[in-house]
Amino acid sequence: MGNKKTTVLSGALLATATLVLSACGGGGGGATGEVAAPPADPKGVSGEIKVLTQRTDLVQKGVMKAYAAEFNKIYPKVKVSFDGITDYEGEVKIRMNAKAYGDVLLIPGAVAKNDYPKFFAPLGTTAELSSKYRFSDKAEVDGKVYGIAQFGTANGFVYNKALWKKAGITAWPTTPQEFLAGLKAIKDKTGATPYYTNFKDGWPLVQWTANNGSVGCDANAGNKLAGPVSPWKEGGELRAIDGLLYDIAKQGLSEKDPTTTNWETSKALLAEGRIATMMLGSWSITQMRGAAVDAGLRADDIGFMPFPVQKGGKFCAAVVSDYQQAVSVHSENKPAARAWVDWFTEKSGFSEKEGVVSAVKSAPMPATLKDFVDNDVTFFDRSEARTAAVNDIDDAAEIGLNKPDYRQKLIDTARGAAKGSVEDFFADLNKRWDEAAKTAGS
Amino acid sequence: MTDTTDTAPGGVAVTRRRSVRDRNDAEGGARGGDRPTGRRRAGPPRSWRHSPLRRITPWLFLAAPLALLITFTYVPVASMISYSFTDWDGVSPDRENVGFDNYVQIFTRPELFRVFFVSGYYLAASVVQIAVALYFAVILSFNLKFRNFFKGILFFPYLINGVAIGFVFLYFFQDGGTLDSVLSWFGVSNDHPWLGDPTSANISLAGVSVWRFTGLNFVLFLGAIQSIPGELYEAAELDGAGRWKQFRHIIAPGIKPVISLSVILAISGSLSVFEIPYIMTGGATGTQTFVIQTIKLAFQFNKTGLASAAAVVLLLIILLITWIQRRLVPDDKVDLV
Repeated sequence: MGNKKTTVLSGALLATATLVLSACGGGGGGATGEVAAPPADPKGVSGEIKVLTQRTDLVQKGVMKAYAAEFNKIYPKVKVSFDGITDYEGEVKIRMNAKAYGDVLLIPGAVAKNDYPKFFAPLGTTAELSSKYRFSDKAEVDGKVYGIAQFGTANGFVYNKALWKKAGITAWPTTPQEFLAGLKAIKDKTGATPYYTNFKDGWPLVQWTANNGSVGCDANAGNKLAGPVSPWKEGGELRAIDGLLYDIAKQGLSEKDPTTTNWETSKALLAEGRIATMMLGSWSITQMRGAAVDAGLRADDIGFMPFPVQKGGKFCAAVVSDYQQAVSVHSENKPAARAWVDWFTEKSGFSEKEGVVSAVKSAPMPATLKDFVDNDVTFFDRSEARTAAVNDIDDAAEIGLNKPDYRQKLIDTARGAAKGSVEDFFADLNKRWDEAAKTAGS
Repeated sequence: MTDTTDTAPGGVAVTRRRSVRDRNDAEGGARGGDRPTGRRRAGPPRSWRHSPLRRITPWLFLAAPLALLITFTYVPVASMISYSFTDWDGVSPDRENVGFDNYVQIFTRPELFRVFFVSGYYLAASVVQIAVALYFAVILSFNLKFRNFFKGILFFPYLINGVAIGFVFLYFFQDGGTLDSVLSWFGVSNDHPWLGDPTSANISLAGVSVWRFTGLNFVLFLGAIQSIPGELYEAAELDGAGRWKQFRHIIAPGIKPVISLSVILAISGSLSVFEIPYIMTGGATGTQTFVIQTIKLAFQFNKTGLASAAAVVLLLIILLITWIQRRLVPDDKVDLV
């Protein structure tokens, strides 16, 4: 008797479970369309807002609290709390299935652009915001902007000036060949690791993608990927970028064992002169100089050089957008949330402190990029108008322009740990990209 | 009871017998009253077993674990199965039903299955693991000095968090790390990065997995061995059986069910390896397993639908292998006597 009853009961439970299931899932979508306008009277706006951030270090050290205190001097009635999330992308993506994903958040890369209106409140029209802020086209849907960039970065090689000098190189290399020759000289003359890939941690490999645009001095380089364009064909920007990385690894100019690299130690190694060069965004300069000072060395020894290609005798540096800050569509204190976004972008001094390019167009270039400014490097904002379509193709092709995997395989190919030639490798990427472009991203 | 009747004076014995008979009668009555009884009231007594509260009690006790099981196992599995028929990207409130498209894709893309070759390394390693665990379990089931100390040492790795193990072994395998320095004490110089190419990386990772899980197998085997009655060994010894013969004819058949359980765990474990390679290499350099690939599909390329389908396929493969294994090695009841 017991057995039969159990079966009936568990059957019923399973049925209930399935019913419950079909009812839940996909909790997004609220009142859409209401603009999160900046408050007219700073003293009048009140409420509690929660800000999601990936900078757990700043939350733990109380730096964010200090920003909130500054903010409260202008907006005394707004209470700001922070939620630092280590695995930002993964966790926020899951949270967005419900309604509690903070009042101010950084737009995760996984959210499709067409879904922005379902998750975020519009911040204004493109006409209003594009004149004031950089990269407003990245979060634009149907003429409305849903996110304001936290900041922008220019990409290049962070390098140890003293080491390069010791190897006899003082001027920036102007071609990939010169650059490779420079690395070789460092290896032969100083014994330091000429280039450090940070292969194990992976994300530093993603930084290479941000050079797209710097190679051909083309603000539309990103948009041009939206289509079956074989991005790794001979002469393409990504071919030049990944080709250089391949050559570095192939010629044995990178670290001996890439599989056990460590990002935190790499900062000190660069400062101490045991690593000569790393490809990173300009945001890293402050951290590297900090590491140099910690090691009792001179901060000035950390330099930043552009990607070794010139157009018309000049270097180019594409400034690319970091995460975009948005206001949740479910926020109950939209004016307060918007006030925080505006204040943080314009008045907090965050960009200057971190040495990154401010999202405000009128702001000057940060001190970290002084070398670039002095040497007349051409800066331009890389357009993000078609980023959503590019991401769709990228996902469909399972390549991951902003993921380390394919570059890890490229390095493995270069050092003989993976089979195949580099030509086949690029041909395969092209094939996958073009096939995916036929179905996605149109 | 028979003992007491023999020794005790008559009167006592009689009462005792009476009481025994009474009890029998009562039970008989409860069973249906097929026997005529002298001293009983008419009809069976209304037992407390029949009250509704009493009948519901076991379910009340079961409610908490069942609720947890359903909430955290069955509902997620059911939703995963339902996602596997959609093209959901993991965030969007909208998703479209695509029928069996995801499954068709999995079975028409051979590269998605190629990662199962990596499981071969772990499968080979689990053979070593079972052998080592069995060896130590047998040795430590005999009377040895410091038995408990060695038991502790062998089981200890299993208690450590998998993520911590990943980090520890990352330093262990580093170029010039622990392993290289230990080897250099013995005059062996190694210039080859342990995680540097697919073969050595997979062997190293499988080695870590052996180190971690041997303890679990060991404890299972040891428990089973200790449940074998000690007289059997004594009898075998009297008959002149050595340690090997004891193992061959008493221990091995005695713990057969546990061995076959370990084999199933080993196979399903090697098909779904995750933590160690994910933490240590992230699936780079040819160490990607099926689960890592699934995670990447879901969280890097936002193909939650396809990834759910892959997870369902893995579940089915493991169920199938378990079923085949049970067919080949039926689970007989052990009878050593």
